[in-house]
Amino acid sequence: MAAAIFVRLALVEARRGGLAWFATLCLLGGVALGGFVAQLAISESRLTQASIVAALLRLSAVFIIAAQVVSSVRREIDERRLELLLALPLARAAQYLGRLAGFVVLGLVLAACFSLPLALWAPLPGVLAWGASLACELALVAAAALFFAMTLTQLVPALGATAALYVLARTIGTIQQIAGGPLAEDSALQRLASGTVNVIALVLPALDRATRTEWLLYGAPQAQALGAALAGCLIYAALLAVAGLFDFQRRAL
Amino acid sequence: MRRDERPLASLPVWLWLALAAALAAQIGFRALHSATKLHEADLPPPPSASALRLAGLGERAAAARLAMLYLQAFEYRKLDYQRLVEWLHNILELDPRSQYPLFAAARVYAETPDAARARLVLDFIYREFLVDPGRRWPWLAHAALLAKHRLKDLPLARRYAAALDRHTRAADLPLWARQMELFILEDMNELEAARIMLGGLLASGAIQDPAEARFLAGRLKSLEERMRRERR
Repeated sequence: MAAAIFVRLALVEARRGGLAWFATLCLLGGVALGGFVAQLAISESRLTQASIVAALLRLSAVFIIAAQVVSSVRREIDERRLELLLALPLARAAQYLGRLAGFVVLGLVLAACFSLPLALWAPLPGVLAWGASLACELALVAAAALFFAMTLTQLVPALGATAALYVLARTIGTIQQIAGGPLAEDSALQRLASGTVNVIALVLPALDRATRTEWLLYGAPQAQALGAALAGCLIYAALLAVAGLFDFQRRAL
Repeated sequence: MRRDERPLASLPVWLWLALAAALAAQIGFRALHSATKLHEADLPPPPSASALRLAGLGERAAAARLAMLYLQAFEYRKLDYQRLVEWLHNILELDPRSQYPLFAAARVYAETPDAARARLVLDFIYREFLVDPGRRWPWLAHAALLAKHRLKDLPLARRYAAALDRHTRAADLPLWARQMELFILEDMNELEAARIMLGGLLASGAIQDPAEARFLAGRLKSLEERMRRERR
């Protein structure tokens, strides 16, 4: 099972690269921030802690996965290990998807670890929904980072593109609302702008519906809403995986 | 995460001195320009709920609570209350299920000794109550108490109490909150109106608890006796 070897390699590399230490630091920082916020809040201190710590941990997890994937792939390319692997009698699909599966498993572990402290302040069903959604979101981020790291030739553009896609995906819903607001001028230019935003939204994942802090504060979502959020992430991750594989198959030695 | 390193003693003295000097310069600079306290004039116009949501990357609940923590860092007694109310409204729009803005409005900002400012906040609480009475009634109940006891404005208190009774369908609305208008009417010496209301409440069958019904019947009786005494 060539793919299983790639999964193991991704996990070993993450462990040796100090990712566990950094993730632990993020967790401790989150818990400390929660304690600090509890001192400041004059009402809803538990909800305030949960919401702010969850937002911080979610961003940290996304950053960790994106940075890990991009730096790992770049190292492979720079050290010419990728060329060596491409020369081996291994299917390219197994190589690419095996790598991605490794990063997805890493995201799963990270999501589980980052959900744990939230159980201090939020009910378990909400934490489980949040954690499952974070795992799917991290799978999407891993797929995006792998895609950009393989297709773009430099580290900074690859990281930048991953970050831009992520931020846009999380804010596109709000941008659509602003563009279509009732006070917006009714002109051809405005309609064009609003239409463009709507078209862009079609090719972006609906991350504004995933990993919602409200699930921690006001109760777990309905199964249908949770299913839609998870499916949205996984469909887009699959799209990125196929697009990345498409590019990887074309890569010349 | 180990790497091969040369011993610290092998570093040149000038590098140690440069590091110490740079660190001292940084600490000295920050000590001279210590963090300034937020003044009331620093409170900017509120960003819209959409802008706050955008800035918070869609994290509505976290952004709303961070905005509340920011707002409460200001010395509220001298704040521009019109602007403050706009902030509270936008924060509540960002996370309508949060009780934080209404708690701060009722328990902190409305308790200012300045009656005009307090009225602005009470009016905000009233408007926001009408949006979601089932969840926000405790803050209007507190607003009614403030209007009655602090502002001594019984008509305003009655308006809030009446809204509380008429708009709230929450099962957990306590009896005292439902009866608030009655007590205020009594304080206003509007005994006939109070009697009609109390009689109506009992006749409607809305009071399920026998102890509550007994208590209210006793109250109606004493009200009618008081009215008879006053007529004489």
